[in-house]
Order: sequence, then C-alpha cells, then structure tokens
Amino acid sequence: MNEEPTDYADVAEIAAGNKPCAAVVGTRPVRPDGVDKVTGRARFGADMQLPGSLVGMVFRSPHAHARLLKVDVSAALALPGVKAIVTAADLPEIPEDQAMDKGQPPDFRDMSANILAREKVLYEGHAIAAVAAINERTARQALSLIDVDYAVLPHVIDLHQAMEPDAPLLNDHNFTKGIKPPPKKPSNIASRYEQVHGDVVAGFAQADVIIEEEFSTQPVHQGYIEPHACLVNVRPSGRTDIWCSTQGQFMVQAYCARLLQMPLADIRVFPLEIGGGFGGKTTVYLEPLAILLSKKSGKPVRMEMSRADVFKATGPTSGSYMRIKIGAQNDGTVVAVEGVLCYQAGAYPGSPVRLGCMTAFAPYNIPNIKLIGYDVLVNRPKSAAYRAPGAPMASFAAESLMDMLAQRLDIDPLELRLRNAADNGTQTAYGVTFKNIGYRQTLEAARAHPHYNAPLAPDQGRGVASGFWFNIGGQSSAAINIHPDGSVLVTTGTPDIGGSRASMAMMAADVLGVGYEQVQVCIADTGSIAHSDLTGGSRVTFAVGMAVSQAASAVVEELRRRAALLWKVEVDQVSWAGGAARLMASDKSSSLSLTQIAASSAQTGGPIAVEISVNAQGAGPGFATHICDVQLDKETGRVTVVRYTAIQDVGKAIHPSYVEGQMQGGAVQGIGWALNEAYLYDENGRLLNPGFLDYRVPVASDVPMIDTVLVEVPNPRHPFGVKGVGEVPIVPPLGAVANAVSRAAGTRLCDLPMSPTAIHKALKRAARRRR
Amino acid sequence: MTTNIHASVNGEPCQFQCETTDTLLKVLRENLRMTGTKQGCGTGDCGACSVIMNGELVCACLVLAVECGQADIRTVEGLASAGQLHPLQQAFLDNAALQCGICTPGLLMAAKALLDKHPQPNETQVRYWIAGNLCRCTGYDKIVRAIMGCVS
Repeated sequence: MNEEPTDYADVAEIAAGNKPCAAVVGTRPVRPDGVDKVTGRARFGADMQLPGSLVGMVFRSPHAHARLLKVDVSAALALPGVKAIVTAADLPEIPEDQAMDKGQPPDFRDMSANILAREKVLYEGHAIAAVAAINERTARQALSLIDVDYAVLPHVIDLHQAMEPDAPLLNDHNFTKGIKPPPKKPSNIASRYEQVHGDVVAGFAQADVIIEEEFSTQPVHQGYIEPHACLVNVRPSGRTDIWCSTQGQFMVQAYCARLLQMPLADIRVFPLEIGGGFGGKTTVYLEPLAILLSKKSGKPVRMEMSRADVFKATGPTSGSYMRIKIGAQNDGTVVAVEGVLCYQAGAYPGSPVRLGCMTAFAPYNIPNIKLIGYDVLVNRPKSAAYRAPGAPMASFAAESLMDMLAQRLDIDPLELRLRNAADNGTQTAYGVTFKNIGYRQTLEAARAHPHYNAPLAPDQGRGVASGFWFNIGGQSSAAINIHPDGSVLVTTGTPDIGGSRASMAMMAADVLGVGYEQVQVCIADTGSIAHSDLTGGSRVTFAVGMAVSQAASAVVEELRRRAALLWKVEVDQVSWAGGAARLMASDKSSSLSLTQIAASSAQTGGPIAVEISVNAQGAGPGFATHICDVQLDKETGRVTVVRYTAIQDVGKAIHPSYVEGQMQGGAVQGIGWALNEAYLYDENGRLLNPGFLDYRVPVASDVPMIDTVLVEVPNPRHPFGVKGVGEVPIVPPLGAVANAVSRAAGTRLCDLPMSPTAIHKALKRAARRRR
Repeated sequence: MTTNIHASVNGEPCQFQCETTDTLLKVLRENLRMTGTKQGCGTGDCGACSVIMNGELVCACLVLAVECGQADIRTVEGLASAGQLHPLQQAFLDNAALQCGICTPGLLMAAKALLDKHPQPNETQVRYWIAGNLCRCTGYDKIVRAIMGCVS
C-alpha cells in the first residue's frame, strides 16, 4: 500500500532527537508512586482537609420524572450550623445557542441542568439542591428540611417503550436530529445516525447465507471503587482552588468556568490520586456545587458522594437494543451487514451509539455496511463514558453474528475472522484507511496459543471474539527540569490512573540516556503546566509520552549546547549517548555526564528546563482477540469462566506489567458486563440495586488468572512505537463470553447479562424447541 | 453522646472521642487523620476500609468506634516498620498489583490477615479470602500472584 507523505516517522525521529535506545523501556520497574500507594500515604479525592471546611451534601429527587412546583430551602437555611444552600437559581442560565462549542459535545446547558435540576427532575437521584453545613449531621438534617413539591409525571425506563410514539416525553422540545425533513412532533429519540459504506442491497444479493438476530445489553456502571469527591476553597478575591479526583484537572477547570461563567485563570485545579475512573470521571458533578457553596459561605467546602449517589446519579454506560443482519458467501467471505442500534442516552442526549456503529465491524474488511443508530432518552441518569464508549455492546452483537456464521458454515471461528480480517489499506466503513495495524497478528497468535487447542471438559464451551478501538492523541504538555544534582523531574498535566508515571519516567530516561531511578514524575495542577486533555481515549502513554519524549529530546539538545560552552567548541562537535555529552573530533576522548553538566548549569546560562506542548496525531488503532472457556452448570444456569486469554496489538509495551494489567482488568470488567452486572428498576423508576452488594462486580473468586499475549506491531508515529492499550481490552469479552456460553449451552444467548436465571430460561426454551 | 475511647492503633496507645453513631472508619480518617484506610461504599460491600481489629479482618465502616475500647487496631499505615516495607507491600509493587491504588490498603490488610491465619494458602483460598475486597482495575490476576508470592 502507499504510505501517505505525511507519515510521522520523520517527526518521530525529530521527537526522539536520535533514535532512543530502549534500555529502560520494556522493563518492569516499580512505579514512582508505588510506595506511597502501598503505605497509605497517597492522597485520593476524599483525603484532603482544610481547616474550617464545611461539609457539602446534595438533595436528590426521589422520583424518576416530576415537575418541580416548589423548592423551599428556608427552613433548612434557618437551621443553626447551615452556612449555604444552592439551587438551580444559583446557576447561570446557558442559552441554547451557546450550549455547545462548534456544535461539539458536551452540551453545557444539559450539564448545568444535570448538576442541578431546573423545572423538571428526569431521574431518581437527580440533584435539586446542595447544602453546606458545619458537619455531616447538620447537613443531613438540613436536607430533611428542604421542602419540595413535585407533580409526578409518567416515566419511562425501558428503551423500547421510550421509542413508542405515545411514550412519556422527557423533553417536550426534543425533535430528533439527523432526520430529513425534521420531525414535527417531539419524541424521546434525540438523534439518528446513519453509517453507509458500499451498497448493502447489492451486497446481500451476493450472499449465500444470511443471518439476522436481535441483541440487548443492560446499562452497566464504571464501578470505580472511589466515589466522587472534592474540596473547594473560593477565596475572597474570587480565586478558586479545587482539589479533586478526576481524569482531567483541565477538564474540571474548563467545565466549571463554563458552567459558572468564571474566567479560566480564576480556577486552579489540583488533581489528587484517582481511585478509578474508566471514563466515569470525565465530567463534573460535585465541583460546581462546591464552588457555589464555598462562594456563598465564605468557607472551604468538602463534598463526597455516597455509593448510592454514585450509582443513581453518575455514569453508567448505555443499555442497548440491536437488530443486525449479516450476509456471507459459502467460503465465509462476509459481503454485507445491515442493522439498527438503539442506545439509552439517559436523561440527556449523548449515548455513544455513533461510536457503536463505527466500531462494531471495524476488525473486518466488509464492502457493504449500513448501520443506523438511535440515541434515546429515558428516565435514567445521563450516560457517561465507559472504557471504549459504545464499542463493547455493538461488538457483542457483531462477534455473536460472526460466531453464528462460523457455526452455520462449519468454519473455525478464528479462521472465519482471518478470512475477513482488516489489513493495512483496508478502508473502514467510517472512512479511515488502516495503517500499521496488527489485527491479523492477534488472530494468528490466538490460533497458535495452547489455550485455543486445549481440550474442553463436558459442559464447557470456548468462545472467541475480537475488538477494535480508535485510540486518540490530543493536546498534551510535558515539562522536564534537570536539577543541579542531576536528578530529573518530568511534569505532566494528566492524572495517573494506572501506572502512567512509570511509563513517562521510562521514556524520559531512555531519551536522556539515564537510569530510571534518576527520574521522578509529578502530575501538576492547572496553574503549573500548560493545558493537557484528560486521561482517556487510551491516549496518555501515546500522546503525553510523545510530549515527554520531545521535551527530553529538547533537553538533550540543551545539554549538548551547555557541554559545548564548557568545552568552548561548536555544538556540532558534541554528541550525546549513554546520558553523557561526548566531544567528537578530538584526539583525546572527553565526556561530561548529565550530572556534571547540571552541576555547572549556573555558569552556562542557568537552569536546564524545557516545556513542550503538542497536539498529538497518529494514534495507532487498537485490536484485540480474546479466548474464553466457560463451565456451564445446566441445572442452575450458572456460568464459571474457567480459562481466559487476552491477545492484543499494543504497538510497544513501555511497561509490560501495566499493559498486561490493562488487558486483565478490561477483560474482567467485560466478564462482569456479560454475566452479571445490570441496573434494576422498580415500577416507579427507582433503582433497586444502588450498591455493590446487589450490583455485583466480579470478585476475585469469580475469575481465573487472565493470560495475556502482547503482540507488538509498532506505531511509526510514536518515538517508541506506542499504541493506546487501555480501552480495547473491554471490547471483546462480551462476545467471547457469550460465544463460549452459547456453545456450551447449545443455544444462542443474545441478551446480557447472562445471569443464571436467563441461561436457565434459555436452556428450557431450547429444550422445548427440540421436543 | 460523646464517648472517650482508649485503644491501640498500630501498636501505639491512642485516645479519641466519638459519637455513638461514629464508625471506626470515620474516626480513623477524620479524628486521627489516618486516611490510608479508604471508603468505597460505607456498607461493608467493597473492603476498601479493611483493617485488622484484635486479630480479625473487619470492615472499619461496619465497626462502631465505641466498640473499640481496649482494641488492638492495625491499619495500612502500620504495615511497614522502620522504613522497611512489609513483604506484601513489596510484592504488590514488584507484581504491579495496583493500578489506581484505592483498593490497595484494604487488600494488603486482607492479605496480611490471611497469611497470619493461614501461612500457606493455595490460589483458591487466596481468591475466596479476598473476595470481599473489590478491585475494578486489575482483574485480580496480579494481586493473587503478589499474595501467592508471599506464601512461606
């Protein structure tokens, strides 16, 4: 295939100065923040205190859908010890035409209404007011004194019911976008997305086999163990300091500024350690409330969500319904795919259905695809990003269909995927042409893995599935300071959610040619480094790693210049290798180590420091193939995952242990999604399981060891070949588990979660059919 | 009603005042400012607040502070001694058994309680013992390996 002339290989070389020698990259050192985290010293969202802090708490709707007739906070405000109360009246109104930037989400008008309800509450747990008091007991008492009159409205939780023409409407002004001509009647369908590639009618005409099936998945929560928490201090000058647990301190700064009409420079956000996010901490819930409360009371305000609040009012990702048809020739060549995907948005538009349409069949070279996506409003919390947003559920449908096709045509499921695998040069249905991808290699590694050829015991089934995620780059800043003693400080603006400090230090060490122990990493506040996009999209090791590598290269240039000054030679006489400057063109061999140059920095021009900001492009797309074995108890319908192998093209693993960790963690989250996790509602639209006892995420005794295979097809657009690795691992498990269960059960399971009850029913249904 | 409690925390005598409704977790985190013990749920479902009380592994969020009179309480802050990490702490670091790290203090205390009682558990025993400690990041693989690596 032809490489585009804009290939980044040359940029990568510039970024790296010289080709970096990977002495540290690829090894497994202890992470820089490790000791703090195993000794209890690391400070997370709820661990900060300021003297005189008030406790902030939120008053939430008990109803799934209601008009607010009266919100009276006077009795609560009169309670001794209550220092401030805020309601939607305290939030600036954002006009509709200023709701979005360049038409791109997020919609700040919706975000504002989600933070504090205006006129209507749209789900149980929707915030109506917030209180700040001298202690938790007083704050709780104040909540009980808030007097709200509701006109309870009919609600809709179910996706299908929400799409009916006579469904209760969440928003009377919602006219489906993406339909021409625009509908005259409002509905709960926020938007329609269409992805067309080739000609599906012609495609299906070539098909020997056509399979059509319906699939559904339930909303699942990101399930981070640390609830949202923040501490906010608005000083009399209006300058505002925020300490919080977030995936992006610059996101918190920007969103708060936008929602509260404050200058960005007035808000300084200090990111604390983050106890899990998985996409769920890419927006704000508490921080704007705490700012308003702190401003009103003149005191610092600390807020912490309860676990029930986390379940009721944050996340989750969308539940879905999908009907998809696939057509193939007898040799397994897939010729056409057509279908409809409906995703629950929650109370405000913005499900990742578009991403579902784009990713579902991306691993395959399919000439004709038509997928239509609907974003549907329901009386549930507004959905939030969750690891590869939108992809796992669509992939579940796609990979189930591939498995059904394999069974129908009696082709090995990996072989079927190999026959249809996307390669370099494959044009995707969403428009991009793949380059430097390693999908086929994951399939080949799967086929060669002992797991794939191991015998199965009775009532066991083996499933395979593949997955795709785009991965992104984005705006990233990094600073490197060389201290006079030769120690190195790398500063970035992206929270370390799973070991990224280690990978930043490792890349910097290799570009500089120094030892890993010589490098420390600091995650800075918004006042201490230039903007960085948030930690998400599997972008940090790629994009921030690029900024760090470039900063380290610039430091090398500076060190060469300083050495040239000390030697009184031209800089082109000085080379850099092994962490030291070397005088070339000299009869006697001279060298100056980084530490020696640093020690004399005051004599050669002052501190040695570089800050680089980039908008990184060229993130390599990620592909994975997973193999899952399950044991099925046909009496009870209980499924146990007995063996699991995750194979992924990771580009280049900077710290292999943390890459494996992403794959293992994603796989187990996907297993939970497939087998057990779901939001359960009563007839009043109230969540029945807002806690970890009844919303049961996988525990250690539920899962086996997760074997991993790291396939490394380097990304030429990154100095070390990095591709994002964090999200792909949650894409294949839903399909892999479902295919394993379906093969063990002898009947196709199309609805998640595959709880014992659901499987038991499916087995009975299948038995009836066979009679 | 405020009660005065004398206990031992990480081997040091300790005195605190608490309300009858205060949990041990609240006292540790707020009164004693020992924030190593984490709150993930407050209902005993996630194990992030696991501590060892009189030799037993407990969720600090389910223990009332007034129950702690004369109790011997061990938290993650007391695991390392004289600048020397506990073997479990070192094993968690060496095995990359933490990603975000919020569950780590609780898991370390749970693992310590296990090895104190059963110095030679097999993998299944490890998995069932720590089944009360949720980790959403790691998929448990590296945590189990770290604990198994400390089996004498």
